Amino acid sequence: MSEHLANSSAGISFIVNGEKRTVAAHGMKRLLDVLREDLHLTGTKEGCGEGECGSCSVRMNGELVNSCLVPVLQAEGATIETVEGLGRAEALHPIQKAFLECGGAQCGICTPGMLMATAQLLAVNPHPTIGEIREGLAGNLCRCTGFKRIFDSVAAVVVEMDATAKTGGAHAG
Amino acid sequence: MYAMPQPVRRSSTAQTMSTSEKTRIVGTAVPRKEGVDKLLGRARYLDDIEREGMWYGATVRSSIPRGLIRSIGFDRRIDWTEFTVVTVADIPGRNHIQLINADQPVLADGMVNHCEEAIVLLAHPDKHKLREAVDAVNVEYEPLMPVLTIEESERQETIVWGADNILKSFLLEKGDVDAAWAQAAHIVEGEYRTGAQEHLYIENNGVIAEWSEGNGITVWGSLQCPYYVHKSLLAVLDLPEDKVRAIQTETGGAFGGKEDYPSTLASHAALLAMKSGHVVKMTYDRMEDLAATTKRHPSRVRHRTALDGDGKLLAMDIEVATDGGAYTTLSSTVLSRATLHSPGPYVCPNVRVSSKAWATNTVPYGAFRGFGAPQAIFAIERHMDEIAAAIGMDPVEVRRRNFLHDGDTTATEQVMREPVILDKLLDRALTESDYYERQKRFAQENQTRAVKRGLGIAAFYHGAGFTGSGERYLNSLAGIDVTPEGRVRVLVANTEFGQGTNTILSQIAAESIGIDYDDVEMAPVDTNVVPNSGPTVASRTSMVVGKLIERAGLQLVGTLRERAGLREEFTREEFFAACERLREEDGAVISLCRYEAPAGIFWDDQKYRGEAYPAFAWSVQVAQVAVDTTTYSAEVEEFWSVQEVGRVLHPVLAGGQIEGGIAQGIGYALYEKVVWKDGRMANNQMTNYIMPTAEDVPPIHVYFEEIPCRFGGFGAKGIGELPHDGPAPAILNGIRDAIGVGFNAIPLLPEDLFAQLVTQESKAEVSAV
Amino acid sequence: MRGNAEAHELIAPGSLTGVLELMARAPGEWMPIAGGTEIMVAHAAGRLREKKLVSLWGIGELRFIEVSGESIAIGAGATFRDLRMHDTVQSGASLLAKAATWIGSIANQSRATIGGNLVNGSPAADSSPALLVCDAEVELISMRGKRRIPYSSFHTGYKRNAMTPDELLYAVHVPLRFAQHRQYLRKVGTRRAMAISKVALAGTALLHGGVVSEIRLAAASLAPLPARLYRTEAVLHGRALGPLAIREAQEALMEEAKPIDDIRSTAAYRSRVAANLLGEFLNELLTAEARP
Ligand SMILES: Cc1cc2nc3c(=O)[nH]c(=O)nc-3n(C[C@@H](O)[C@@H](O)[C@H](O)COP(=O)(O)OP(=O)(O)OC[C@H]3O[C@@H](n4cnc5c(N)ncnc54)[C@H](O)[C@@H]3O)c2cc1C
Ligand code: FES
Ligand code: FES
Repeated sequence: MSEHLANSSAGISFIVNGEKRTVAAHGMKRLLDVLREDLHLTGTKEGCGEGECGSCSVRMNGELVNSCLVPVLQAEGATIETVEGLGRAEALHPIQKAFLECGGAQCGICTPGMLMATAQLLAVNPHPTIGEIREGLAGNLCRCTGFKRIFDSVAAVVVEMDATAKTGGAHAG
Repeated sequence: MYAMPQPVRRSSTAQTMSTSEKTRIVGTAVPRKEGVDKLLGRARYLDDIEREGMWYGATVRSSIPRGLIRSIGFDRRIDWTEFTVVTVADIPGRNHIQLINADQPVLADGMVNHCEEAIVLLAHPDKHKLREAVDAVNVEYEPLMPVLTIEESERQETIVWGADNILKSFLLEKGDVDAAWAQAAHIVEGEYRTGAQEHLYIENNGVIAEWSEGNGITVWGSLQCPYYVHKSLLAVLDLPEDKVRAIQTETGGAFGGKEDYPSTLASHAALLAMKSGHVVKMTYDRMEDLAATTKRHPSRVRHRTALDGDGKLLAMDIEVATDGGAYTTLSSTVLSRATLHSPGPYVCPNVRVSSKAWATNTVPYGAFRGFGAPQAIFAIERHMDEIAAAIGMDPVEVRRRNFLHDGDTTATEQVMREPVILDKLLDRALTESDYYERQKRFAQENQTRAVKRGLGIAAFYHGAGFTGSGERYLNSLAGIDVTPEGRVRVLVANTEFGQGTNTILSQIAAESIGIDYDDVEMAPVDTNVVPNSGPTVASRTSMVVGKLIERAGLQLVGTLRERAGLREEFTREEFFAACERLREEDGAVISLCRYEAPAGIFWDDQKYRGEAYPAFAWSVQVAQVAVDTTTYSAEVEEFWSVQEVGRVLHPVLAGGQIEGGIAQGIGYALYEKVVWKDGRMANNQMTNYIMPTAEDVPPIHVYFEEIPCRFGGFGAKGIGELPHDGPAPAILNGIRDAIGVGFNAIPLLPEDLFAQLVTQESKAEVSAV
Repeated sequence: MRGNAEAHELIAPGSLTGVLELMARAPGEWMPIAGGTEIMVAHAAGRLREKKLVSLWGIGELRFIEVSGESIAIGAGATFRDLRMHDTVQSGASLLAKAATWIGSIANQSRATIGGNLVNGSPAADSSPALLVCDAEVELISMRGKRRIPYSSFHTGYKRNAMTPDELLYAVHVPLRFAQHRQYLRKVGTRRAMAISKVALAGTALLHGGVVSEIRLAAASLAPLPARLYRTEAVLHGRALGPLAIREAQEALMEEAKPIDDIRSTAAYRSRVAANLLGEFLNELLTAEARP
């Protein structure tokens, strides 16, 4: 079994927000806990631990996953994006900017996951209909907003990104 | 404990009214104060905080609803020397949480009164060992007969609280109800029930506690009311005021659910920290949070109503019963609000409301957005539609004929001195929803379709601020200071948990002083730093606290003009320069204001009469509902909400409050059911407690009519709770409109719809269309 | 998080043979974990009893969708996102494509595999009814070789199935000929999205001159296991469809259904709604037939 990628604390490596990271973590440890405890990326939240709320959503190899349901061994070699990789205070990502302006974040606890779900949605479908926005975000529960201003935020990002594309400006998507 | 700074010399010129003035900042959509931190994922919620050498705490809970504790055994397979174990014997002070009645123990003392009641606390440096240890504490009970429903409690065969199971009762009387029945053209009766509702804030409860001999106890927590926590810790730990400190961390939703519960959790964490000598973190996972913390009070409201031949109300006889759970917590004030909202926004010469909160052996119910009003309004607003049906009148018309207007008196004989514009709100709601046109269309379409549509309406008020003399007792203190670094800080104990406290109070401060929004920040909510400006509840923040901040700002400017040479018109630089001159004299630049009851406001606690609230917010809501007769499920397809909440301080935040409240109200009506099994919540997981998702919440249309209120900060009234009051009755009225059957209980799940329809038409054929 | 990662062992051999060898050496000792959307939920709740887990995630040999002449072969490791995005699944196995969109959220669909859904064997699983009414087959694999059995004989009881302890689910084969049938699939969940089915009904049918020549019906949450409704089908077989036949079929379904009361719904509701769904399907057939 020596060729197997095992359990051990030998070291699991993946790329997080563009940076290669190696952690000595147990294989069954949740990706969520590794991000939060080992890498101190506490932007990713735990709301339920059972795949229901989406506050732990991150992107893994270009797909949206709930990090509470990913054993970290299965993230070996993966490319992971979390809210911390989205934008910076001086240069908010258009999605962050839109949520700020449109009232898409209230208490903010669902927000990191909501932002990642939005990033995923727009990566796959840059011009979603309202129905597609609803479906794309249905796994991310928000108890504060009633979702309306979240939908408005997503719609605003689309407009903003289109405008940027037209004027030739670029932003890391 | 916040140490009262040097008393500020009061300025004589500062007390001007500003609500009618044009504003630069108030009323605009400035960015949320803590917004950027939240969007970057760097806002620090409780569970994001780790401390060197920190231990974790866990709770051993009761597995039965009622019984005597015979013994507590500690299984030998665990090495208990590694753990800190706290039982009731370790409590240095009083074993009671300090709320209205101090009847709720911090830890069970020989007896348990509800499932999940805390019995033993454990702490250990390794989270995973804790779980195993919790399971290894064996509590043996001598079970006692529990009381689990309002009806069982009412029977008073088994007494589980006080002498009679009654946590609180009120009697409100106006006119002579008993004499009215004889003159009535119609008498309509109805009984309405509402279920428990879980807050389902996405961040679970959590607290970190640190103890040292020198500093005493400090707790950080996800909480609404730091001074409630402070008060309980003083009593439980038996410490002097300067040895107790409560600090709020970023709070991921609360909705009332972090009003009283954190006092218990903070006491637990503090006891473990004191005994272990380590910093202790206690966070609940979702299952524990759902099972062990408070929910909205279930209720049963009975109406008996007399009307004259024109559909005008002659008498209302109302009986309100709520399930309070095992201890009082906030049941009396919740009951009070339910009582005061139960007659609805109508004029009636004869009213009697008799209300009781009953004790049962369930987890104590607590505060939840609306605080008794949603229960009461569900009943009256459903009842209005049943009245309409009984007397053969349009539900809109029945309401219109009975609406309160300026000068009318409410059931407590409070005269409506401020403008009441219910007719206008109603008209707007009807127009915006194209009510009559749609209703006509649906009546036509419903004849041939399996999905039947209907429209339902609800009209209501929500009293802003504490009930009756509440604000007088609170005697809140709030203010503004200016730091040597040139930051203007708002000093309040009022917390941000999504509603926008930070933003609106900063707007008010900036506006009233005349500086930029960006120059203002919130002082940390830390009982060592901010004064007790009262709890963040009861839609009182923008109105009551907002007013204090408005006054504090004006007072500061007045002082600077009088004593530091600030000119009438001033620049930012001149303002801060003046502050520095004042600082040289006084050592600090601080302006505090204490609550002053508006003149002419009178409330009699004994008779339960007078000015119940300084102001009311008003709303009319319309729900478009679709009932699928194949699946018996009802959905809301579109929703309209028109309201008058005084001045709108921030259009984006205000809209977000309304929409969020409506979404919760939709959940309350159609999805959110607490399933009970032997006194414990059986569906304590998000997969089984169903809240509406992004696909379930319909398009919501929100409209404000603004009438600045003289009591509120820049004319604002409360807004946070109002929107949750109306959706449930509006939706069930819509269902009645769609299928002609009235349902009187929520949550109304498809199974309930099915069960009632099947009983009603027991010979109904199996049919798809 | 009630489970303790350290109480479990997880390995990732990285190849199908690697996994099968492991399972052959110690049959029943290793629990496969694919997308983990069932296993990690159990783990978080402290309910995961199995100590040794072997990862199937990332094994390309299990994650495929291949179209041959008459059927689509779907690897057990295909995710529901793979399924819903696939053109031929959409056109040739549209019921399955539709079911795929219902499996939780987007985040769930990008991890949840069809293999995990079937092996987990929940009576409420969304892919099951869709597969049952299309005569799907499942292919099992072990070091001893591969074997194919009808999916309808895969589930043998509540959360029990026909696999031996050294076997993996390898693939699901969905015949394409049902694309020509009239089809029906409706899920009644607790809400619009992120909902476990309270009851679901799938059907495929062929009518000739108003007479039912072929009909297959299957339901979720009406029995302890996902199952065809053979007795209800029998009432309809060879019958001219009309109000009476529909009524009798609905009554047969209410008889045949053995649902339970649980935390999500009631038995009475489930039977009745399933009968209503059947009525909806059969009336659709009737209307379609009546059209010139
Ligand atoms: C939030 C949420 C919502 C959900 N909603 C739905 C829904 O609406 N409808 C629905 O049907 N399901 C739903 N599910 C469950 C669904 O995600 C799973 O059933 C999924 O399909 C299981 O696949 P997995 O790869 O994640 O399985 P795992 O968790 O990895 O495994 C599940 C079981 O299958 C076994 N297994 C997996 N692959 C194989 C294989 N190739 N051979 C042998 N055994 C194997 C495992 O040993 C285990 O016993 C939901 C789950 C979550 C968390
Ligand atoms: S914490 Fe992962 S989905 Fe809720
Ligand atoms: S903003 Fe609070 S949960 Fe979404």
